[in-house]
Amino acid sequence: MSAAQAVAVETVELTKRFGEFTAVDRVTFEVETGEVFGFLGPNGSGKTTTIRMLCGIIPPSSGSAQVLGLDVVRDSERIKHEIGYMSQKFALYNDLTVRENLSFYARVYGVSRAERGARIDAMLDRFDLTATHHTLVNDLPSGLRQRVAFAAAAIHQPSILFLDEPTAAVDPAARRGFWDMIYDTAASGTTVFVTTHYMDEAEYCHRLAFMSRGKLIAYDSPAAIRQSLGADMVEVDATPAAAALDALVGQPWVRAATLMGVRLHVMLQPGVPHERVREHLTSAGVTVASVEPATPALEDAFVTLMTGATAG
Amino acid sequence: MLERIRALMVKEFIQIVRDRRTLIIILVQPMMMLFLFGYAINTTVDHIPTVIADQVRDQRSRDFVRAVVNTGYFDVVGDVPDAGAARSTIDSGAAKVAFIIPPTFGADVLAGRPAQVQALIDGSDPNVAQTALLTANTLAQARGVQLLAESTGRSISSPLDLRPNILYNPGLQSANFMIPGLIGVILQIQAVLLTAFAVVRERERGTLEQLIVTPIRPTEMILGKLLPYVAIAFAQVGATLLIGTLWFGVPINGSLLLLMLLSLLFLIGALGMGLLISTVSRTQAQAMQTTMLTVMPAFIISGFMFPRESMPQAIRLLSYILPLTYFLEILRGIILKGIGLEYLYGQALALLIFAIVIAALSVIRFHKSLE
Repeated sequence: MSAAQAVAVETVELTKRFGEFTAVDRVTFEVETGEVFGFLGPNGSGKTTTIRMLCGIIPPSSGSAQVLGLDVVRDSERIKHEIGYMSQKFALYNDLTVRENLSFYARVYGVSRAERGARIDAMLDRFDLTATHHTLVNDLPSGLRQRVAFAAAAIHQPSILFLDEPTAAVDPAARRGFWDMIYDTAASGTTVFVTTHYMDEAEYCHRLAFMSRGKLIAYDSPAAIRQSLGADMVEVDATPAAAALDALVGQPWVRAATLMGVRLHVMLQPGVPHERVREHLTSAGVTVASVEPATPALEDAFVTLMTGATAG
Repeated sequence: MLERIRALMVKEFIQIVRDRRTLIIILVQPMMMLFLFGYAINTTVDHIPTVIADQVRDQRSRDFVRAVVNTGYFDVVGDVPDAGAARSTIDSGAAKVAFIIPPTFGADVLAGRPAQVQALIDGSDPNVAQTALLTANTLAQARGVQLLAESTGRSISSPLDLRPNILYNPGLQSANFMIPGLIGVILQIQAVLLTAFAVVRERERGTLEQLIVTPIRPTEMILGKLLPYVAIAFAQVGATLLIGTLWFGVPINGSLLLLMLLSLLFLIGALGMGLLISTVSRTQAQAMQTTMLTVMPAFIISGFMFPRESMPQAIRLLSYILPLTYFLEILRGIILKGIGLEYLYGQALALLIFAIVIAALSVIRFHKSLE
C-alpha cells in the first residue's frame, strides 16, 4: 500500500454478475503507480461496476482484484482509507459551503485537527476556490462544483484516485481545465483511474482500457492502440455518402465503416487493397471522388474494436 | 471512529439549521400540535347552546329554567314559543338542546301529578348528547325531589348520598389528559419523519454512495446521523413539558428522570422505525407518505384521544403491538398519577423489547440497503 509499489491496481478475471446479466466479464488488467489510467467504454459497458468493485462497494462474483496490494474483498475497509472516489453525480452537500464540505471529508478521512486547516487552505488555493470558500455549493456554477468535488475526493492525499465520468456534466471549456488538475494530481504522485466516454479525453491518458459489453477489448497506450489499426484505414469522399455507407457495411473485407461529417472512415481487414473500396462503390452506383489512406483517431479505433466485439 | 461520528453530527446540525423544511417540522409542528390539542380538542362538553320553550311562564317554570342555566352545561341562547319552533332551531344548528315546558306543567305540579318536561337533544355528536342527557336527568331528579318537598311541606333528602372523589385530575381538565399524551405523539411523528428524511435526503442527492466509499462504517453512519435527532427530540420533550406546566398548568407529579429514561427507550424504537422507512423510500415524499401511514393508526388506536376500553376487541389487540400505546400509559402514569416503575414495569419492558427488536431490524435492513 505504499506509493513505492509498482502496481496500483491489479485485476485477474474480475467478474460481476447481476442475476443472468454479466456486467463485467473476466476482466484482467494492471494500473501502474503514478499513471493516468483511462477506463473507456459506452454507457452500460461495465465501467462503473468495475470501479465500484475496486472501491470495495460491491464484491466481485468471481476473479480477484487488488488495490494498492490490498484485496478488495478481504481488505475493503483498509482500502477505503487509501483511496479517493468521485462518483458521476457530484456527491457534495449542496447546503454546505465549499469549506464545510472539504472540512467534512477531511475529518471523515482522519486528517488531524492540526493539519486540517492548512490542508484545506492548500486545496482551495490549488483548485482556485479561495474566493468562494464561504459560498454554498448550491450557488456555484457546475464547473466550480466539479472542482470542489475533486478537491473533496483528494483532500486526504490518497494514493489512488478513482474518478467516474468526472467531466460528464461539465462544459467543454471547463473540461480542459479539469484535465490540467488531473495531471497536477498525478504529478504529485497520486495514481489516477478515470472513466470517460469522451474520446478526445482518452488521448490525455497514459494508458487506456476499453470496455464493451462487460469485456475488456483493448488495453494499451493511446498511440499503440491507434497504431495497431492505422495501416488499414481509408477516408472516402463519395456521394451519396449514406448509400456508400450502406454498400460497405456488412462486406466481409470491411471491419467497420462510419460517417465522419460528409466523409466515410472505412477500416479494412488486413491485406485488402484500397482500390477495392472504389471498385465496390462504383459498381454499387455511388460516385467516388477520392479514397485516401488516413491515420485513425482513437474514436475510429474504438468504433472498429466495438464492431469486432459485437460481431464476435 | 469518534471523529467520524462527530464529523457527521456537525454536518447534520448545519444541514438542519439551513433546511427550512426540517426547521419547520422541528419548531412549528410541535408547537402547533401543542396549542391545537391543548385548546381546541376539549373532550369535556359544556356550554351547550340551548333554547327554552316555556309555555307556562309561572314561578315554577322559571325556577326550572334557572336550574337549567345553573348546571353550567347549558347556555340558553333563546326563547321559542313551542315544540315546533324548538325543533327548527335544532335543525338549523342554532341550538343542540331544547327544553319544552308544556302548558299543563303548572297544573300537574299543583295536582301532584308527574309534571312533564320535554327535552329535545341533537344526537349527531354522541359526546354532546350524552352529556346533555345525563345532566338533564340529574337535573330532573333534583328538581323532582325539591318539588315533592314543596308540595308536602316537609324537607326531603335523597336516601342515597354519593360522594365522588376524582383522582389525579380533579378539575377534569382536557389539557391534563392531552398534553402528556402529546409528548408521545410528537416524539413518534418527529423521530420517524426526521430520521427517514435525513437518510433519504442523502440517498436522493447521491451523497450516501459517497459516504459508503469513505472509511465511515454503517454503524458510525447510523450513530452520526441519528444522534442529532435524539438531542432534538429531548429538547422537544423538555419544551412540551415546560409549556405544558407553565402555560396549561399540567402538574408533573412523578419522576422526571424516569420519564426521560423511558422516553429514550421509546425514542430508540421510533428512530429505528424511521430508519426502516428510509430503506424502503426513494424520495422524501415517499418517506412522508409511509410515515403518515404508520403514524395515523397509532394516533387513533393507541388511546391518545379515544379510550381503548371502548374499542372492539380486535382493534384493542392491534393496539398492543404499538409502542405508543405503552408509552402513553407511561407518560400519563408518571406525569398525572405520579406513579413509578413499581406499576409501570410491564409497559417499560414492552418498550424495551420494541426498542431492541426495531433497532436490530432497522440496522440489519440499513446495512443491506447500502450494498
